Amino acid sequence: MASEGSYRQYVNIGILLMALTVITVAAAQFDFGPFNVPIALIIASIKATFVALYFMHLKHEDTMTWIFATYPLFLLFLLIAFSATDIFTRVLN
Amino acid sequence: MGLLSGTSKFIKALTYPSDMLPPIMADDEHQHVDPELEHAASKFGMWLFLATEVLLFGGLFAAYAIYRAKYPDMFQHGSSSLNVVLGSINTIILIFSSFTVVVAVKAIQENKIKLVKLMLWITIACGAIFGINKFFEYSYKIHHGITPGTDIFYSLYYAATGIHMLHVLIGMGLLSFLLYRTSKGYYSKDNFTAIEIGGLYWHLIDVIWIYLFPLLYLIG
Repeated sequence: MASEGSYRQYVNIGILLMALTVITVAAAQFDFGPFNVPIALIIASIKATFVALYFMHLKHEDTMTWIFATYPLFLLFLLIAFSATDIFTRVLN
Repeated sequence: MGLLSGTSKFIKALTYPSDMLPPIMADDEHQHVDPELEHAASKFGMWLFLATEVLLFGGLFAAYAIYRAKYPDMFQHGSSSLNVVLGSINTIILIFSSFTVVVAVKAIQENKIKLVKLMLWITIACGAIFGINKFFEYSYKIHHGITPGTDIFYSLYYAATGIHMLHVLIGMGLLSFLLYRTSKGYYSKDNFTAIEIGGLYWHLIDVIWIYLFPLLYLIG
C-alpha cells in the first residue's frame, strides 16, 4: 500500500502529456500523406501509455492486473483486424 | 431492473468494498477482511471493469476504421468541419483533470484532506468545463443542420463523443460523491481505496479522449 510516484513526477508527466498534445495538433497541420493516421495514433498511444503507467499506477501493479489491462487491446485488435479482412476481401458487393 | 441493481452494486463496491467480498473466517477473533487484500481486490475489480469499457468503445473504433477506409472523402470532409481549437482545449482540460485526480489519490495517502478536496473540486470543475465546451460544439453543429443522420462520419462523431460525455457525467457524479464523503471524514491514509479506483475510472475517460481527439478532429 506504499504510495507510488511523487508530486514532482506527476507534474513532469502532466507537462509531457500537454507537450505531446501540442505536438500532435502541430503535426496535423502538415500533410504526411499515408503517414497522417499512424503519426496521430502513435502519439496518442504514447500519451495513453504514460497515463496508464504513471497516473493509473500500472507500473506498480502485479502480473494479474497487467494481463487484464492488456487483454482487451488484443481483443480490440482481433475485432478490427478480422472485421476489416472480412469486409475488404468480399468478392460480391 | 438489472441495470439499476447493477449500478447500485457498482456504487456499493466503490464505497464499501468489504461488503462485496466473502467474509474470511480464518481468524475467529478478528472476523474482518485483510485490508491489503481488500485494497488489491477492489483495484483489480476496477481494472476488469475498465477492460469492458475499452471494448465498449472498441466497437466504435472498429466501425470508424472500416467506414473510414470505405469512405475516405466523407471522413476528410467531416473531420475538417470540426473545431480543432475547442477539441484541443478539451484535451488539455481532461489531461489536467487526470493530473489533479492523481494528486488527490497521492494526497489522501498522506492524510492531506484539504488538498484532496481541492483537487477533487478542480477535477469536477474540469469535467463541467469539458461538458460546456461539448454543449457549444453540439449546438453549433445542430444549428447548422448537422445531426447524427447527416452521414456516417457524424453518426460516429455523435455516438462516440456522446457516450464519452456520458462517462464524463458519471465520473463527475462519482467524484462528487467521493468529495462529499471526504469532507465527512470517511477517507484517510488507511482508507483511500474508493478514491484510488474512482481515479482509475476518471483516467480511463482521459485515455479514451486521447484517442477520440486525433481520430475525429485531427486526421482530415
